[in-house]
Amino acid sequence: MTTTQAHARTTAPTALAVHDVTLAYDSATVFEGLSVSVAEGEVTTLVGANGSGKSTLLRAFGRLLTPRAGSVSLRGRPLRELRTREVARQLAILPQKPVTPAATTVRDLVSRGRHPHQSLLRPWSAADAEAVDAALAATRLTDIADRDAAALSGGQLQRAWIALVLAQQAPVVLLDEPTTFLDLAHQVDLLRLVRAVNAERGTTVVMVLHDLTLAARYSDRLVVLGEGRVVADGRPWDVLTPETLRSAFGLDALVVPDPASGTPLVVPLDAEHPAPSR
Amino acid sequence: MSAPSAVAARPWRRVPGRPPRRRVVFVTVGCLLAALAVGVVGLAAGSSSLTAGDAVRTLLGGGSPGEHLIVVGLRLPRVLGALLVGTALGLAGALTQTFARNPLATPDIIGVTSGASLGAVMAIVLAGGTYQVAAGTLSLGMPAAAAVGALLTALVVYGLAWRGGIDSFRIILIGIGATATLSGVTSYLVARAQITEAANAAQWLVGSLSGMSWSSVRPLLVVVLLVTPVALAQSRDLEVSQLGDDVTSGLGVAVQRHRLLVLGCAVLLTAAAVSASGPVEFVAFLAPQVAQRLAATARPPLLASAFVGALVVAGADAASRTVLPGQLPVGIVTAVVGAPYLIWLLTRLKERETVS
Repeated sequence: MTTTQAHARTTAPTALAVHDVTLAYDSATVFEGLSVSVAEGEVTTLVGANGSGKSTLLRAFGRLLTPRAGSVSLRGRPLRELRTREVARQLAILPQKPVTPAATTVRDLVSRGRHPHQSLLRPWSAADAEAVDAALAATRLTDIADRDAAALSGGQLQRAWIALVLAQQAPVVLLDEPTTFLDLAHQVDLLRLVRAVNAERGTTVVMVLHDLTLAARYSDRLVVLGEGRVVADGRPWDVLTPETLRSAFGLDALVVPDPASGTPLVVPLDAEHPAPSR
Repeated sequence: MSAPSAVAARPWRRVPGRPPRRRVVFVTVGCLLAALAVGVVGLAAGSSSLTAGDAVRTLLGGGSPGEHLIVVGLRLPRVLGALLVGTALGLAGALTQTFARNPLATPDIIGVTSGASLGAVMAIVLAGGTYQVAAGTLSLGMPAAAAVGALLTALVVYGLAWRGGIDSFRIILIGIGATATLSGVTSYLVARAQITEAANAAQWLVGSLSGMSWSSVRPLLVVVLLVTPVALAQSRDLEVSQLGDDVTSGLGVAVQRHRLLVLGCAVLLTAAAVSASGPVEFVAFLAPQVAQRLAATARPPLLASAFVGALVVAGADAASRTVLPGQLPVGIVTAVVGAPYLIWLLTRLKERETVS
């Protein structure tokens, strides 16, 4: 399995992969013959310019978008052969625009993450209650669990959605721009939570982020998408080069070590702000 | 881990899959009992003086042959019809309002009611004297034509709304278009009809229980008994579907299949009710909203909505036969109650709730 991976630097088994897929909306084809795989237990972040297909690829991983051609596999099994409920027990996805229901408490909202584990005959169990409580605790929402979800602040609400995904207890989690609309402190807070979940539960995380510096700091691996293909794929330092930034984003930039974390820090350049000559 | 036991101590909390809250159960049972009580009043109400006690005794096999004829032969189909029409419309309304996440989304907006109306009016007007509705001799032909009209319209609207899947907003827009078109055709047919046919059509179009007989109650009873369990089985998925299509899919619900089942149940219930009684205005809109407020839930509770519907229609029918003058058709009574409620609700709704 590892031999098929483009980045032959890890021996971890593949959690998710698209093989030679064509991804398209009504008339616009976004990818043709794309292959990407994600290693188990890693935090992989999809980055790229607006319209580069980051969310499209994430939706294909999460079976929200069915490929026109090619296949998607989840932990070695073709996605299309799995029942959607079965997929939901192994893979949780937080889409970009979830609808927060009216008159619903935080705990009720998070409890819905247990849906794939329940049925008419097995409605609610102690395991469900435990998973919900653990998810609320991990996202520091226990104290406000009985508050109306619609009345939460942006940061709290995003944590509540993450809690719903955690309550699902899937080994693979997909997050589509989880930090959008959050201020920098809340972005850092949320990404630290993602790392903590990855470290404690060994959860495989695939997410879409816009901020390259934060992506580099909190990801094991970056996949840069652009012009219908993978522009670069690998460890942050291998991927975030001035050349890649120019070809994928059309951006002139310096890449320097982040003084706090040592990970790549992207410093954008323009005519008024050229690279300092040394 | 003391948390699980804390949850177990409050088993009535409203959470998907958990036992329903006490209040929902209380409201559901209360509405059922109230609807049955109004039904008994309806059995006793009318021109020959019977008490509610007499009606119950006759139902249970007592009473004179005369009382038996009046209660079981004449009034029972009408009262049962009222209860079933209300149940079907209340449940159908709860399904479509939850499906569309919009309290204004009644089954009418998928075009079912206007399709049924056109079918019935076509049967009356185009077939001329073949289908007599006057004098309570409602033939089988007209309800059948109404049912065909309702189901055909639902199929066409569903087909037109399909773009690799059904989107609730698109199906509502197409349903509104279909309703406008079909209502226009219906008005045209009524306008060019003979005066007696036009009168029959007008009577049918306001929703009336006066033509209710065992032959029109039986198919309705069968549909309600068959469809209700299917609809209730969708309850858990409906809860999750409030979070948007992507989250719903992510939680392992086959969204299109779920949507087809919910819409199919709503269409069948509405078609059966409208075929039996004509369009009884506002019940499908009103009942789920009343039930939701009584039960204090985030969305209309399905069974409670059904029983509130039964209560409203049976109550309107009993009222029109007792306290109200001139034997008003039930559809007019429910419209007179429902329209002010709609206006009140619209003025009270926050913007966030009307725009789904």
